[in-house]
Amino acid sequence: MKIVLEHLTKRFPNRNKKIKEDVVAVNDFNFEIPDGKLIGLLGPSGCGKSTALNLICGLEQPTEGKIFFGDTDVTKLPPENRGVGLVFQNYALYPHLTVRENIRFPLENLRGKDKLSKEVMEEKVLEAAKLVQIQELLDRRPSEMSGGQQQRVAIARALVKRPQVLLLDEPLSNLDARLRLQTREELKRIQLETGITTVFVTHDQEEAMSISDTIVVMKSGVLQQMGEPQEIYDEPVNLFVAKFLGTPQINVFEGKIKDGNVFIGNSPVMSAENYNNSEKEVYVAVRPEGFIVDENGPLSCGFINREVMGRDTSVIATNSAFIGENIRAIIPSEEEIHPVNNTVKFSLKPFKVRIFDKVTEERILL
Amino acid sequence: MKKNLTAWLCLLPAIAFLGVFMVYPLIDVLVYSFEEGYNFASQSFWETGFYNYSYVLHDPYFIQALKNTFIIVIITVPLSTGIALLISLELSSVKVLRDFFQTVYFLPYVTNTLAVGLVFMILFKKTAYSDGLVSLLIQLFGGPSVDFIDGPYWAKMFVMCFYTIWIVMPFKILILTSALASVNPMYYKAAQIDATPKWRIFYKITLPMISPMVFYLVITGFIGAFKAYSDEVALFGTDLNAAGMNTIVGYVYDMLYGNSGGYPSYASAAALLLFAIVFTITTINLMVSKKTVYYQ
Repeated sequence: MKIVLEHLTKRFPNRNKKIKEDVVAVNDFNFEIPDGKLIGLLGPSGCGKSTALNLICGLEQPTEGKIFFGDTDVTKLPPENRGVGLVFQNYALYPHLTVRENIRFPLENLRGKDKLSKEVMEEKVLEAAKLVQIQELLDRRPSEMSGGQQQRVAIARALVKRPQVLLLDEPLSNLDARLRLQTREELKRIQLETGITTVFVTHDQEEAMSISDTIVVMKSGVLQQMGEPQEIYDEPVNLFVAKFLGTPQINVFEGKIKDGNVFIGNSPVMSAENYNNSEKEVYVAVRPEGFIVDENGPLSCGFINREVMGRDTSVIATNSAFIGENIRAIIPSEEEIHPVNNTVKFSLKPFKVRIFDKVTEERILL
Repeated sequence: MKKNLTAWLCLLPAIAFLGVFMVYPLIDVLVYSFEEGYNFASQSFWETGFYNYSYVLHDPYFIQALKNTFIIVIITVPLSTGIALLISLELSSVKVLRDFFQTVYFLPYVTNTLAVGLVFMILFKKTAYSDGLVSLLIQLFGGPSVDFIDGPYWAKMFVMCFYTIWIVMPFKILILTSALASVNPMYYKAAQIDATPKWRIFYKITLPMISPMVFYLVITGFIGAFKAYSDEVALFGTDLNAAGMNTIVGYVYDMLYGNSGGYPSYASAAALLLFAIVFTITTINLMVSKKTVYYQ
């Protein structure tokens, strides 16, 4: 089932009653989620991504705009009639019921012609449990399980009615690092196996990048960019998106474009042939993997330290034009660094360098 | 050793007080209840045995008190808890004037018992000047004139139960509204998405989640109702035996200090019988709760 959002807007009255202006949690969303895809809604906390999710599932009513599931307008439908499954951030498993009873709960609500027999229910519960691999835990209570297991139960409960759309609110944020890695693979597997259109909300860019078919990046209620993970990483439309994706963060320098060259400070680091005449103040953003240690390189930085990761090495350095604390460059571990007078020189890989307007912070294409 | 001494010294005041005012009287009551023909003045008794119990159990006043107490318990505990639950559910779903209603429901708790008694008199008592508001209302609809305070037994019992329910309600509402407020709203959202009917949300989610509080109210309600006495006095005066509205605690009091009092042995026996009853009921409650109450 594809999901279409049309001019979707949600405003909340301001908490501070002296300020008349509403808080816009979701501002004019227009996009289409294709059928059977896994979509990551990504943004920092408070950017409105959970509100967007609540709008899609119907727990909140939009101020303006429409939501379509397939060709059906569901904007006015209450959540129970939308055919969505929702997994809550802290799972919302009923603590007094066993896993089996929890998963069966949505089925028991079916009335009239949809009413299921006990046998069919049990079958469906087992099927859902098998999908998330918790068959042997069916008689436990939620409190007797680990966070990861509870998460699976929550997914099974959301899936047991075969919803058209599966929504997950920060599905991995309550898990420890190792479980998170495992569970996100699991999520991807379940989504592929069921083929249900899935939207999940996260503030963790790595999580979004690793499993999403498409990422939607949000900031203060405004959609910044939508696209495939690699595309968003490589071609961010503005500085915010560039900074939000990737760890370590992209390195941002003050710079300018002048005489057909891009400058960091006073060093020309790469050419910009289309900008021969104009001079422009810009931000030059370099991905950590965009640095090459080069004795004759144009970018000269103060060497601070190196961190050996095994697979590769982080070089920590400074430069007067750098914004923030320290430059982090990642170089292959076999490359050696010989700082001369505590100075290390880099040249840059042009396709890892992105230029942004200093005022609007929008991307400037060279 | 020195550490122990300090600990004991710290505990001494509490132990002394509890010993003198609780443990010793409890033992004394037990002893009294087996001393036959105890005489206050000479502090002497004939012999020990079960005669006091036998006397109390054959005393028509005690049987009447026992019957009254049981009726009050059986009617008021389930009713007051049930009504309090309904009101709390309404209160937690109401948005406008919620604080106002909460205050209204809580008022009986802070109102002086005598003032309440007076209001009940106006409502129910038949005097030379008035039949009482409720009786007048019944007559308005063609019913007979009923004296709820000095009239037939059922009328008196009705007022008694009405009063008891009304007086215990605020506390129960207070406990239940806070219990309801402590249920994480996320469970209701989850239930809503799963299209759960309202009654099922209540029965399958709300009730189990507040069950420890409901259970607490039932237990304390039972114990409180078994110990009922002061409310009866507020309504029917001190001569409860004559009114036929005595309770077990009232009987114990009468045996000690009433007009026909001065029998600590009978009073002790009755008190221990009450203890046995409360103990049994509470044990049954606990056994039932093991199966029905869910603790997080």
